[in-house]
Amino acid sequence: MEVVLSLAIGVLTASGIWLVLRPRTFQLVLGLSLLSYAVNLFIYAMGRIRVDAPPIVDGSVPADPAQYTDPLPQALVLTAIVISFAMTALLLVVLLASRGLTGTDHVDGKEPD
Amino acid sequence: MGNWTDHLIVLPILLPLAGAALMLLLDEQRLRTKRAISIGVILTLIVVSGMLLQGISAAGFAGQPVTRTYLVGNWPAPFGIVLVADWLSAIMLALANLLGLAGLIYAMARWDTAGPRFHALFLLQLMGLNGAFLTGDIFNLFVFFEVLLAASYGLMLHGSGKARVTAGLHYVTINVAASLLFLIGAALIYGVCGTLNMADLATRIPDIAGTDLALFQSGMAVLGLAFLIKAGMWPLGFWLPSTYAAASPPVAVLFAILSKVGVYALMRVYLLLFGTEESPIPTFGGDWLLYGGIATIIFGTIGLLATRTLSRIAGYSALISSGTLLAALGSGEGAVLGAVLFYLVSSTLALGAFFMLIELVERQEFGDKPTAQTEPVFDDEYVWAPEAAGEDEVGIEIPGTIAILGGAFIFVALLLAGLPPLSGFIGKFALLDGLIGLEDQIPVSTWLLIGLIIISGLATLIATSRAGIDLLWEPSDKPQPVLRLAEAAPVGILLAACLALTIFAGPVMNYMERTGASLEDRQGYIRSVMSTPRLQSNGEGAR
Repeated sequence: MEVVLSLAIGVLTASGIWLVLRPRTFQLVLGLSLLSYAVNLFIYAMGRIRVDAPPIVDGSVPADPAQYTDPLPQALVLTAIVISFAMTALLLVVLLASRGLTGTDHVDGKEPD
Repeated sequence: MGNWTDHLIVLPILLPLAGAALMLLLDEQRLRTKRAISIGVILTLIVVSGMLLQGISAAGFAGQPVTRTYLVGNWPAPFGIVLVADWLSAIMLALANLLGLAGLIYAMARWDTAGPRFHALFLLQLMGLNGAFLTGDIFNLFVFFEVLLAASYGLMLHGSGKARVTAGLHYVTINVAASLLFLIGAALIYGVCGTLNMADLATRIPDIAGTDLALFQSGMAVLGLAFLIKAGMWPLGFWLPSTYAAASPPVAVLFAILSKVGVYALMRVYLLLFGTEESPIPTFGGDWLLYGGIATIIFGTIGLLATRTLSRIAGYSALISSGTLLAALGSGEGAVLGAVLFYLVSSTLALGAFFMLIELVERQEFGDKPTAQTEPVFDDEYVWAPEAAGEDEVGIEIPGTIAILGGAFIFVALLLAGLPPLSGFIGKFALLDGLIGLEDQIPVSTWLLIGLIIISGLATLIATSRAGIDLLWEPSDKPQPVLRLAEAAPVGILLAACLALTIFAGPVMNYMERTGASLEDRQGYIRSVMSTPRLQSNGEGAR
């Protein structure tokens, strides 16, 4: 489980960084998306990996922290997902505007000489 | 918490949010209503931040505890989100809202009609700034950073046009990447400490041991990287001059404080968490700040001398100001903090005024420069635009344009270069005095910093006077341009604030020294945040 998760985060981060360093705007958007997936998984992993444990305390029995998974990273990751999703959407609009105004999809707005 | 003044802390966040939400209901033709709402909100914000400032300094100088904590949703401190108003938050709030007022008045002369939803975005950006200055929780700080960044993306693209969209693309990309770094840092810190409340975090640092310490330090370093990208430290700040130069002037005024948000976050988080003797990592990253700041000053100075356009001169001045602050923070805490804060306030006000002045000066020399024009990208993006509005609405013209612009230009140049008799000089002098008085043996790096601060001032003077002679002094056969009151007044407001800083330098410096002392008093901050009592409601006894 740990190996799979860390491999997933590593591969996503590496691909994301490689794509962010590419010169085309669409690659940039994809790269940032992959990076944000990696970061979301990472936040999730920071709450420690637990299988089959609920995050919400059952009020009818006395609470034992050992029986539950940490709910806070799940709340944090939800916020992070929403924000990075919105930023990706905004970046797509900027990408289209840049394509429309400059006539190229190079990130600098002009082809390198 | 029966006293209504206790709820003042949350107003700087709620008011602009409510104002911006209200504006979404109005279409673009209701420009007058929108302007009235914006001005009303910002004036109220200035009153609120003035009251907070006054309350805090009155309590502080009377020897009472000043840190006020507001439990959002009435959850007790380490579990819920807290808003904290103390010396530093109060002065930053006042600074942000003053710049907001100036930018807004300036925008009303013409810029707010250049694209849709300007006023809503402007208020949201102020909300993000105010929230970032008030919050006492690292993840909440991230959320407010995103609020202010999301609004600033919209404002950066305001007016559209090729230069702005290209610079905006870089700006959005680098800041999205920085936000991801912020999240990685925050997640690592949470993974090690199990809390993101700053005060709670500070109490847990002494207990970190072994490999956890390395993880915690890497988390802090990644977090610091995210702050330093905002502050524009070399080599993370290459995006800054071109972005600031491409932004429309009222937006650039707000951007002047945007880079100071990074410096603020560094001061808040790092001074609270590190530097105590019982901490396992008493000095963390100080050298990085010092040498990074020095490199930033060098880069800014070279850029300043190499560039010929005024807007880039302003961008490089922002870099120099950031670099000076970072290096002084890194050189040794404590003694220079008061001077650092004084310099921060003075240089931010001067930069704000400079960004507005640039457009006025260049307009009278070149007419409207290309970036002042707007070209819509999408056909449907700006419908029902008010037709040629704004031209006669704020139409009081001021005579003697050149004299006023020239005078203001000299004023700003003196402020930025740090020459007497204005507040820029007082800030730099206090900074140098603090650096020299730091220890008996002054290390070489401090001498280097002192030399660079003076050289960067000289370079600022050379660059601004060269541009000033080009643009203002040389006789021109063009007709005198029109200067509207709405464009001259905000420059005047900011310069008057600088003048007030100069005249009341004693009391202001006193306030800044106390702010510095409060940042050193970590236990006081921790105690007042962690021991804030919950509000007892009437229904609670019945359960």
